[in-house]
Amino acid sequence: MTRKQRRLVLISTSLGVIAIAAALILSALRDAIVFFNSPTDVAEKHISSGSRIRVGGLVKPGSVERGDNLRISFDVTDGKNDVPVRYQGIVPDLFREGQGVVAEGKLEKGGTLVADTVLAKHDERYMPREVVDALKKSGRWEETSGTAGGRTQ
Amino acid sequence: MIPELGHYALVLALALGLIQSVAPVIGARSHDAALMRLADSTALMQFVFVALSFGALAVCYVNSDFSVQTVFENSHSQMPVIYKFSSVWGNHEGSMLLWVFILSLFGALVAVFGNNLPASLKADALAVQSWIACAFYLFILLTSNPFLRLPQAPAEGQSLNPILQDPGLAVHPPLLYLGYVGFSMAFSFAAAALIEGRIDAAWARWVRPWTLMAWMCLTLGIAGGSYWAYYTLGWGGFWFWDPVENASLMPWLAGTALLHSAVVMEKRNALKIWTILLAILTFSLSLIGTFLVRSGVLTSVHSFANDPRRGVFILAILVLFIGGSLALFAWRSPVLKQGGLFAPISREGSLVFNNLFLTTACLTVLVGTLYPLALEALTGSKITVGGPFFNLTFGPLFLMLMFAMPFGPLLAWKRGDLPGVTQRLMSAFGIALVAIAVAFAVEGSASLLAPFGVGLAFFVMVGAVVDLAERTGLFRVPFATALRRAAGLPRSAWGAAVAHFGIATSLLGIIGAAAWGTELIVAVKPSQTVSLSGYALTFEGIVQRPGPNYRELLAKFTVRSGDQIIGVMEPSKRDFAARQMSTNEAALMARGVGQLYLSLGDSNSDSSIAIRLYHKPLVMLIWFGGVVMMLGGALSLSDRRLRVGAPKPAARAALQPAE
Repeated sequence: MTRKQRRLVLISTSLGVIAIAAALILSALRDAIVFFNSPTDVAEKHISSGSRIRVGGLVKPGSVERGDNLRISFDVTDGKNDVPVRYQGIVPDLFREGQGVVAEGKLEKGGTLVADTVLAKHDERYMPREVVDALKKSGRWEETSGTAGGRTQ
Repeated sequence: MIPELGHYALVLALALGLIQSVAPVIGARSHDAALMRLADSTALMQFVFVALSFGALAVCYVNSDFSVQTVFENSHSQMPVIYKFSSVWGNHEGSMLLWVFILSLFGALVAVFGNNLPASLKADALAVQSWIACAFYLFILLTSNPFLRLPQAPAEGQSLNPILQDPGLAVHPPLLYLGYVGFSMAFSFAAAALIEGRIDAAWARWVRPWTLMAWMCLTLGIAGGSYWAYYTLGWGGFWFWDPVENASLMPWLAGTALLHSAVVMEKRNALKIWTILLAILTFSLSLIGTFLVRSGVLTSVHSFANDPRRGVFILAILVLFIGGSLALFAWRSPVLKQGGLFAPISREGSLVFNNLFLTTACLTVLVGTLYPLALEALTGSKITVGGPFFNLTFGPLFLMLMFAMPFGPLLAWKRGDLPGVTQRLMSAFGIALVAIAVAFAVEGSASLLAPFGVGLAFFVMVGAVVDLAERTGLFRVPFATALRRAAGLPRSAWGAAVAHFGIATSLLGIIGAAAWGTELIVAVKPSQTVSLSGYALTFEGIVQRPGPNYRELLAKFTVRSGDQIIGVMEPSKRDFAARQMSTNEAALMARGVGQLYLSLGDSNSDSSIAIRLYHKPLVMLIWFGGVVMMLGGALSLSDRRLRVGAPKPAARAALQPAE
């Protein structure tokens, strides 16, 4: 093989691998990412049912209902709008009424989120940043109610 | 008094660092040996002063001096001493001090053990190292002073975050930093080579041990962090694709590529400019990782609450060093003499293949980590990029890389014989096929992909054994001869085979835990029995008991396999009054290399308690694999060719006995 051919092979393989990586990234960015929404976004944005989203806000006081087999339902609110959430499993230790929560799952036709993941704040100072932003947008944020960002490493 | 001494020591280290940033470079340009040697003493003294500073902070923590703000915020007089000590780096300020402590340690190590380096290269490298150090001393002193006093000393501290009150904190961050920051050596040497405008095969030999050392620590740090998250978060997950985890994975991937390309540079005097670029990129990724973790731009379980000043300062450091080094690279790399090109099918070619895949895999992680930040900054929409994204991008690339892995070491330098190598790997193919068949038979049809993954893991493992067998002539020559050859084999050859075996071991563990794991999430009442994967657990009841700084709710479960009682599992929940927080202590029971994993959820009014029970076959292999990889690195490091401070090859050749 001549020097020129060797260089050609090297460059074309590199470009090939990079092209594969780019294709993988682009297709994954279309299918495998999840958008975060506040309850108001859900109400206003016409998100197609069946799509996977994250909803964050506060657990609406009085909305938590526990059923058999660790079933639980609650509303996520940002003060303006609510999104009902259903979940089966163990909610985090610091899941409380009136506290910040992020639920991830599929949005059903009636607007209920069937969650497979529920995240809550995990210490007394932490509030998911997405929740803070959602509350700030709806004007319900008070500086005293928490600090954005966690403290663990 | 002690905090002030610590603060003062850090200021002195900065002063020394400023001298070291300038004097050796001038010395190297004017061939002034004394000025160049100055770097040795300043590097040593920097280490001494930063160590004093770090020691002073540690004393404040251990003595619970709550007049110091960070101690007040992160410690508590009731905590066990080990957690008081590890709280030193359980917060932003202290962990930055640990960062520069390790940076200065590496500088001192070069000063002491770098005697075989050309004087000007050593002087330049130490100067570059000092530029980094000064930037971070300034960062600490101006934005994150750990010695800040409170006007009035409170009687009691706010305690360390209970999640961090774990032996994991004592080990994980220091190891991770030894890795991250250790890559600064490769960076400094690369920048020094660019400044010098000269680079040869020996450069790779000098840089490789430092990179290898950092890589070993990072490997162990990542594996340890993964195990810590696994047992402490209570979900049984071992990798979350959290941005902070990615921040440590990216330098690991680039560093692994660097280790491999440095081999080509050393052996064949090729890929020189690429190796320099990789050295720069690896440490740049460490800096990006530091930025992601320390600036608070992330929303993750790891991020810190802090003010934006810090973020902007680190961003400035980031831009200065990455931009500066890349500009230096663009300006000076044309001066460097290009190495030769080589045939695509050869050992060199296979190492290029390795580099290609490692760097593109690293790129996918970088995109997945930064894309949400960029998107939010540009459009305001918030997205989560998690496991599914990385499984679709990083996964295929890494699996392709692993498939090629056994071929590389068997190919000859210069011109390899691919059909011949394929033939020699027939045994590995055969065993892989058997493994696939067995996996299918055992699992039924739980997952189509998993048996092929198992086949791949076995292919790589047997491939590593074949590599050693080929080198020693095992099965072809008398056993004693093979054994003698095995002992005479370069340690780095052993190291490569062992490390490759290790990554395949980890793959096997990942498949076992992810594809064949079973779980049961259920509420149980006392004396109720639940079963999972052939194990029956009976809930015996709950007891309360006090700990040193928490109250513990301990649930007891008897575990049976068949009719046989095989043990007791006691998961617990700890309530920490000082922080009004609770943590979840999962109970683990080893079953071969698999584990039973049990953690507690809420207790209900009807005296039942929610539990998460997982059976994770092969899961321990994930971390064993990491340890095996680290041992491979250690074997390679002990190769006499690479030994730190080894005499120059020319001098050594004369001493070697004739064979």
